[in-house]
Amino acid sequence: MNTYAIWSIYRYEMARFFRTILQSFISPVISTSLYFVVFGTAIGSRIQEVEGVSYGAFIVPGLIMLSVIMQSISNASFAIYFPKFIGTIYEVLSAPVNFIEVVIGYVGAAATKSLFIGLVILGTASLFVDLSIAHPLAMLAFLVLTCVSFALMGFIIGIWAKNFEQLQLVPMLIVTPLVFLGGSFYSISMLPPVWQTITLFNPVVYLISGFRWAFFEQSDVSVALSLLAITGFTALCVGIIWLIFRTGWRLRD
Amino acid sequence: MAPILQVKNLKKTYEGGFEALKGVNLDIEEGEILALLGPNGAGKTTLISTLCGITIPTSGQATVGGYDVQHDYRAARGMIGLVPQDISLEPFEKVKNTVGLTRGLFGKRRDDALMERLLKQLSLWDKRDSKVNELSGGMKRRVLIAKALIHEPRVLFLDEPTAGVDVELRKDMWEVVADLKKQGVTIILTTHYIEEAEAIADRVAVISHGEILLIEDKDKLMSRMGRKQLKIELREPVSEVPDALKGYDLELADDGAALVYTYDTHADRTGITRLLADLSAAGIVMRDLSTRQDSLEQIFVSLVKEDAA
Repeated sequence: MNTYAIWSIYRYEMARFFRTILQSFISPVISTSLYFVVFGTAIGSRIQEVEGVSYGAFIVPGLIMLSVIMQSISNASFAIYFPKFIGTIYEVLSAPVNFIEVVIGYVGAAATKSLFIGLVILGTASLFVDLSIAHPLAMLAFLVLTCVSFALMGFIIGIWAKNFEQLQLVPMLIVTPLVFLGGSFYSISMLPPVWQTITLFNPVVYLISGFRWAFFEQSDVSVALSLLAITGFTALCVGIIWLIFRTGWRLRD
Repeated sequence: MAPILQVKNLKKTYEGGFEALKGVNLDIEEGEILALLGPNGAGKTTLISTLCGITIPTSGQATVGGYDVQHDYRAARGMIGLVPQDISLEPFEKVKNTVGLTRGLFGKRRDDALMERLLKQLSLWDKRDSKVNELSGGMKRRVLIAKALIHEPRVLFLDEPTAGVDVELRKDMWEVVADLKKQGVTIILTTHYIEEAEAIADRVAVISHGEILLIEDKDKLMSRMGRKQLKIELREPVSEVPDALKGYDLELADDGAALVYTYDTHADRTGITRLLADLSAAGIVMRDLSTRQDSLEQIFVSLVKEDAA
């Protein structure tokens, strides 16, 4: 294992993050505050409670998931697309590194950044609502797993994308709707039965449900199923990346 | 001793069907400097990219230090430093960080003394804390060279390292190359500048349309280039070389309106003085004199033309 290489990529990627640390910190704080003003105050005044939890608190896990998923994808996809775009990818391709080392470096950094943002949102949210976390370790585990798995997905998107439009396409057209329709701001039980069934095909539902369980011990689907879903998704992404590096698809001529 | 770099029947056909390498064979000895000359699209960069792992060969084999570039890629790549043709650098990163990244990628612990020595040698030390996008084009090229050398490679590929750079950098780079050669580093250099090949290479290879047309010792090539021709234009055309001048290597040209004398510039006596004296003794009146010398460039151009024909 070329640990120096992993550490070098990780540190180099984190340096980009630290160069813009203020932006990285301020933007989630502002957007979270806005969500609380709009959803928490305006809508929350009409929906008092969802399954025994105040609506303001109820949306916190979904809100964190929403940002963390989007951030993980955009961080990781940009991290690998940018070197492809400016040509510096040659360096990684000609270095004595294997795909696992490259992935740990890039995806690790992308996941770290979104984890940081997730925690900032959690902190900001706790200023607006009373939050108690029933299973802090499980909460953290779900958060980390989500960061990693969606950073892996972003990594794939970054390799696949041939231009900046494509880089935006998947997050905008697929991920955003899935996250919004995944129960970020409501409980699935609030939907008509037909939609409840359809929703179960949305993988994000399992993430948010599991994450919400860690907070309130209340979930749409069983925790085991949530854990299985996210682990399966992570494994799928790793498999795809392994295949990409094996064939050199969109990386090596 | 086995060659440090061995290429056997290496082929590369791109997805669109373009055959960039048509079975390249090449042996490079440790410590030598090989200049790889060729027109645009000849396959120079594809060859280098394939050896460095950036491009996957269609067939054939290549080893660096005995390690297969595909199967033992870690060991093979670890020995290679690459200065790419395009200036590809992250614009917002500091010089020392981007150079340091490369050393890390090659699995080596950070070495501040080496970094200082290298950056000083490349006149980059004062710029170590500057961001890459604040540097001039020539400086960026130096950064690329620093990155290629920071992990102490045994084989260095320089892909058009002096394309579009000023004379000063070219001279600096030649010094760096001479220094590396002293340390026993093998250098493969692609270039458009024939004078660069003349100045620093031990051997010259010419590649065209994905095939190596020639690999020759530079000195042998130079001696071929050492042949020079003196063209003597005559006032009155002659039908054959006059008997009095049969002893000279003379040929008729321009339908007898000129004589061409071929001689070796490296020889002690070129015979020019005697020839001119004998010419006037034979009563031949000269109208004009001119000389012409084959350069590496002409050899190169004629080779590539022959290949195209």
